Amino acid sequence: MKNKRDILLTVAGLVVLFGAACYAQFEMGSYVRRIINLCLIYAIIGLSMNLTNGFAGQFSLGQAGFMAVGAYVVGIFTVPVELRPNVFYAEPMNPLIADIQMPLWLAQLVGGLLSALIAFLIGWPVLRLRGDYLAIATLGFSEIIRIVITNAQSWTNGALGIKDIPALNDVRYIFIATAITFLFVTCLINSSYGRAFKAIREDEIAAEAMGVGLFKHKCMAFMISAFFAGIGGGLYATLLGTVDPKNFLFTLTYNFLLIIVLGGMGSITGSMLGSIIVTAGLEYLRVFDEPLELFGMAIPLFRPGFRMVIFSVLLMACVLFWRKGIMGTNEFTWEKFMAFCKNPVKYFTQKGAN
Amino acid sequence: MLIVYGGEEMEFFQAILNMSASSLAQHFVNGFSLGSLYALIAIGYTMVYGILLMINFAHADIVMMACYFAFFGITVFHIPWYLTFVGVIIATAILGVVIERTAYRPLREAPKNSVLISAIGASFLLENLANYLFSGRPLSFPDIPLLSQNIAIGEVQIQAICLVIPVMTFLSLAVLLHIVNHTKTGMAMRAVSKDYEIARVMGVNIDRVISTTFIIGSALAAIGAFMWGVRYPGITPYLGVMPGLKCFIAAVIGGIGNIKGAVLGGFILGLGEIFIVAFFPQLSGYRDAFAFIVLIIILFYKPTGLLGVKTTEKV
Repeated sequence: MKNKRDILLTVAGLVVLFGAACYAQFEMGSYVRRIINLCLIYAIIGLSMNLTNGFAGQFSLGQAGFMAVGAYVVGIFTVPVELRPNVFYAEPMNPLIADIQMPLWLAQLVGGLLSALIAFLIGWPVLRLRGDYLAIATLGFSEIIRIVITNAQSWTNGALGIKDIPALNDVRYIFIATAITFLFVTCLINSSYGRAFKAIREDEIAAEAMGVGLFKHKCMAFMISAFFAGIGGGLYATLLGTVDPKNFLFTLTYNFLLIIVLGGMGSITGSMLGSIIVTAGLEYLRVFDEPLELFGMAIPLFRPGFRMVIFSVLLMACVLFWRKGIMGTNEFTWEKFMAFCKNPVKYFTQKGAN
Repeated sequence: MLIVYGGEEMEFFQAILNMSASSLAQHFVNGFSLGSLYALIAIGYTMVYGILLMINFAHADIVMMACYFAFFGITVFHIPWYLTFVGVIIATAILGVVIERTAYRPLREAPKNSVLISAIGASFLLENLANYLFSGRPLSFPDIPLLSQNIAIGEVQIQAICLVIPVMTFLSLAVLLHIVNHTKTGMAMRAVSKDYEIARVMGVNIDRVISTTFIIGSALAAIGAFMWGVRYPGITPYLGVMPGLKCFIAAVIGGIGNIKGAVLGGFILGLGEIFIVAFFPQLSGYRDAFAFIVLIIILFYKPTGLLGVKTTEKV
């Protein structure tokens, strides 16, 4: 956002989108609203993952674990106190938290902060590792978080999960959360911190030599990423209405991996686009899980599980043949948008020439 | 609080005192055979990492596929188990090479993160494919009476497979060490893992070396998978995931790229896991977390692993 015009346009764009969200809230069916909400939530988490993986270049696979933290905090604290004995029927809730009830936004914030705190505790030993080690260690921690949740029966209801979370299928609320995340990450990336992240991504040793504090910036990126993953996880819990340790298997992280790879590692608007394409795509690929009959003949290919096969083939194809994704490391700018609007043909031919 | 801890400690010592020699031996045999399985799979990780500097995420799913191959060979096609065993090794080795050709070779010159994502994608694809083709319901690994029978040694009841596993592991290890240290292919492997570029300049056929590595790693995984199936007979599409993560950790603990280190790491994890559950039954829910905690401790105090050599990175 270089000048006044761009800021104005961005604000106007957000207002228009908010209007669209209001329209969706009042005029569209609950199924469509659900998909829109899922897109927005995935955009938050995709952005948070892009912050560590795309901008700071630290390959972390712990998103599912951080989401689980956020989701469980929301699950534990927003269930009305009078309903809790029904939910925690196997083992009563720990008396320390049994009477605490929070509004959604506060529970979300607490979930995000707890997530960030856990990220700090994990990051302290783990961020000294590079590349693949970091990936496996974060993946391991996301599984440990899940194991702890499964075993802490009196806090989290263990493998039974938490039911009766007040459901929220409100596009406006989730849109605002996404917009705040988007603005925050954009400002962060364009600040000196953001430049430090990129420097670390390009070359750690050179960045350190130029005076960038490696550990400080890596840890910061990791914590902010965990914070937003926690926020997103909280929203995810309210959207589903239930949480269950099985929701947060590490395969969930692969969804966000596809989002940032498809959108472009290191592009904010790319992540937004990627999340919309992946979420809506996964939803509409459900056709492949249903048995299909063409001209009275059942096609044997179509049966449950086919959707995920297509999904993983897409991920592979994306990495093998289209490594940059949709946006690469570029961003959507009003400048380019104007150029495109003025003369679409010229825009693309010039781009080709460059 | 203190009293509670005191109580727990007492319980722990009591447990050790009460544990008779026979049950201690029983746990030891269980841990040793689990460790041997981990070691076999960890070797595959460590070899690929030594040469390509990447985690072969798909290795865990190669193990899973090998289990399904064995199931189809014995239960569906009624091939005698020893012939199936050989067939599984060959089929799995082919699968390993196919994965290397399609998912890793096109990205030889690409940035490391792309290769890592491709490896994750390959692993994800194999899991989903297995889920789609063989359905997510657990299948039971065919029973091989010769291997699954119980043998009584004194008071200790041991499944025959528990004795076969360590023997197979050490046999495979001996053959592998011979190949790596005393053959021309092995020399090429060592050269590539020392310095990729120089080895290529010196005329080593890199692609062939990498294919050989994948063949050996997958064959060992197949041996491990077959015995895993006999020992723990439930086959699901996600069966490889947890052992896979643990085996990679075993390789890191021993010093990645080091074959003997991987075996050492495998034994540490296998024995540790079994004994933790034996001594602290109340921690059995956290059994899977043990490996990751060991990983963090090792990386903190000796980032290159127990048998690893410290390297410095040049700018």
